[in-house]
Formats: sequence, C-alpha cells, structure tokens
Amino acid sequence: MIRITRKVEFSASHFYNNPNFSLEENRRVFGKCNNPHGHGHNYTLEVTIAGEPDPATGMVLDLKELKDILQREVMDRMDHRHLNYEVPELAGKIPTCENIATVIWQLLEPKITRGKLDRVRLYESPSLFVDCTAASPDGAGRRA
Amino acid sequence: MKLSLTRRYDFAASHRLHAPQLSEEENQRIYGKCNNPYGHGHNYALEVTVTGPVDPSTGMIANLGDLDPFVEREVLAAFDHKNLNEEVAEFKAVVPTTENVCREIFRLLQNFPAARLERVRIEETSKNSFEIGVEDFA
Repeated sequence: MIRITRKVEFSASHFYNNPNFSLEENRRVFGKCNNPHGHGHNYTLEVTIAGEPDPATGMVLDLKELKDILQREVMDRMDHRHLNYEVPELAGKIPTCENIATVIWQLLEPKITRGKLDRVRLYESPSLFVDCTAASPDGAGRRA
Repeated sequence: MKLSLTRRYDFAASHRLHAPQLSEEENQRIYGKCNNPYGHGHNYALEVTVTGPVDPSTGMIANLGDLDPFVEREVLAAFDHKNLNEEVAEFKAVVPTTENVCREIFRLLQNFPAARLERVRIEETSKNSFEIGVEDFA
C-alpha cells in the first residue's frame, strides 16, 4: 500500500466559549482563546490517502482530483472565514483543532472514492497539531 | 476514526556520549566526536502526543493549559539549558543518546492525568529524529 499526502493552507478566525460555563469559568478554561472578539491562525492541513496505485496510471488518486476535493470541501468552507459563525458543520461546537479536524475528516471521507482516507493532520500553528487516523478493525487506530 | 493531539516544545542541552564500561578507544570508535570529553549541545525539538476522548464541554483531548505546565515541570525545567550527563539523574548511569532521552521523557510524562500519552518524538537536529510509542515503552 502507498500513502500520498496533499497539503493546503487556510486562514480563519475563531474563539472558544462554552455557553454553559460562567464568564469566569470560560476565562479559566480557555484563557486568551476566550476573547469574544476572536483571533486567527494560519492552519496547515495535510491529507493522506492510502491505496494501491492504479496499474493504468501509476497513481493511487490523481492529485488534481484531491486538490479539487480539498478546495471544495475545506477551502471554500473555511478559508478566510470565522469558524464560530460561518461554518455550519461547526455550529454548536467549540472550534478547537480536535473538532475542526473531525469535521474535515467527516467531510472528506465520503468524497474519497479512490484509495481510502488515512489521516487528516491539522496544524493550528507550528507547535500544535491534531491527527485524525483511520481506526483499525479492533478500534485501536493504526500507529500514526 | 481516532484522534490525537501533538504539542511541540524546544529545549537546548549539552551531552557527551561515553559508556564507562568501554575503553577510551572503544568509546572513541563508537561515539566519534560525540565522545569529546567536554561535551557538545543541541537544540532539541520535543513532540508530545496524547490521545483520549474529546471532552464535549471544551472540545479538547487535553487543555494546553494543563499539558504545557506539566511538560514544563516534568521535563523542560530539568532539561533546558542543562548538561544532561551531569544534571539529569537518569543519565549518571545511562548514556544520553536521544534514544535514551526519548525513553526517559516518556517515563517522566506517562502519568499525565488528563489524557493518555501515546508518543514522544525528539528531533536532535533537523536531520535526526527519534520516537517512542506507548507500544514500545516497557
């Protein structure tokens, strides 16, 4: 099996707030991420597809096709957007890296028809990233 | 689908690779310039990966407000701007290769209370990296 990875970057704003928490609790739990005016990041998204190359083309999946899927499903939805207000899939969720990566996984998985979605890695900054990986049959998840 | 969160930290430290049970010649042959008696240093990059359920009230596997001070207290305070051979107890008796540094840092972080430690990865330089997963740590 071969894994191929495509990288895209998007910029978006967000803030963290749980409406069930008090003002003080939100400040304590989320710190400066709770600033109601929001703040932004340059996110880097790496999407990995696993599969056997098609003998006719030598490709697992045409990278152009993957690029178009990422544009439609992720960039058009999230680039230069406010994640709390403008992405319906994140409505009612706190737009943490964990939740954004999960939404991206759910958006991409049904669109990948050649090969299988293997990993979604979302960097919020160079010092923080989240990996979503395919769970193995025993539910333990493969080694990243 | 499985989720993990990775946080990257930096520390700068010196070390010397020298095994006391080996002769001077053997140490020189095996460790080369890393055996220089005065030691040398690196800017280490440390990646700490944790897994666990996402808390629905925070959207997080682990709050960086908990993870960062834990890593600072358990590792960075003891390793950053230190001589690993002289100032980190574990390396009085164990050669501070980055393999052994990985294992020691995994040991120091494994009791993080808020999520499960899954992997420790260290870049000793931009050309070398070492990692240990929960399945490797015994």
